Amino acid sequence: MSAVSADEGDPGPGKTMATPLARVRGTGSAQAGAAHWWHERVSALAVFLLFVWFVVSLARLPALDQATIAEWLASPLAAAPMLLLVFTTFWHLQMGLIVVIEDYVHDEGGRQFWATMVKFAAILCGTLAAVSVLKIAVSGGAA
Amino acid sequence: MTRNPARPMSPHLTIWKWGPHMLVSILHRVTGVGLATLGAGLFTWWLAAAASGPDAYAGFSAWLGWLTGTGYEADRDAWGWLKYVFGLAIGVGLTWAFFQHTLSGLRHFVMDIGAGYELRANKLWAVATVIGALLLTALFWAWIVMGRAG
Repeated sequence: MSAVSADEGDPGPGKTMATPLARVRGTGSAQAGAAHWWHERVSALAVFLLFVWFVVSLARLPALDQATIAEWLASPLAAAPMLLLVFTTFWHLQMGLIVVIEDYVHDEGGRQFWATMVKFAAILCGTLAAVSVLKIAVSGGAA
Repeated sequence: MTRNPARPMSPHLTIWKWGPHMLVSILHRVTGVGLATLGAGLFTWWLAAAASGPDAYAGFSAWLGWLTGTGYEADRDAWGWLKYVFGLAIGVGLTWAFFQHTLSGLRHFVMDIGAGYELRANKLWAVATVIGALLLTALFWAWIVMGRAG
């Protein structure tokens, strides 16, 4: 796992002036850097497929009033993909917003702060949306 | 982050000649942020209103009417026109952002597998996402307006 080979001279603890943190930083990546990139792509594909379903479904509904929407989402065949759409959309959007924050917020504290705020907001809105779908699905559309 | 001002800086955005790929790159970001904030907020509100009942849904519908240019009748004063144009701009802007982000996202999939980096192909598909998004937005709103008329 170590990116520094023995002959490049990592003298080991006790034989170096570097602090433990500097030693860790010098070791290279933790081999986890691609996960965020990969999750962004996987979620993008899921969001794309689910939104095709969503747009087609809305277009096929006879009307978009509350009764029609509630009746539609009362069916598990609509509520299940809708719940997945909510989950993947908020998963995807918080990753995207965090990439933007990482690029434009230059101080580490601010970056962590805004990334955390984005996560909180995404989880809050995503939960609100998911509970709404579940309420319609479980109550059978009766508000 | 600390920077030594004596060190040379790499050339930044301002010195490059703009090309369609740069436009699509920044559009993907801007539309993504727009959808993630305004779009996701509206989407959440729609579901919460649908779950809360007809009254809450009527409140949401009134706002959606503002974004789609409905609910305003012929006798508009200056303020009414401003409200009408501003709401419609957000509504049309959001649908355009949806189509642009979708198409440039699909372009990203192709580039992520390592294809489409040849200069001509890259330029062609960058331009195609922009024109495609504008076309789809126009078609979508034509469909909305026709549906309203019909």
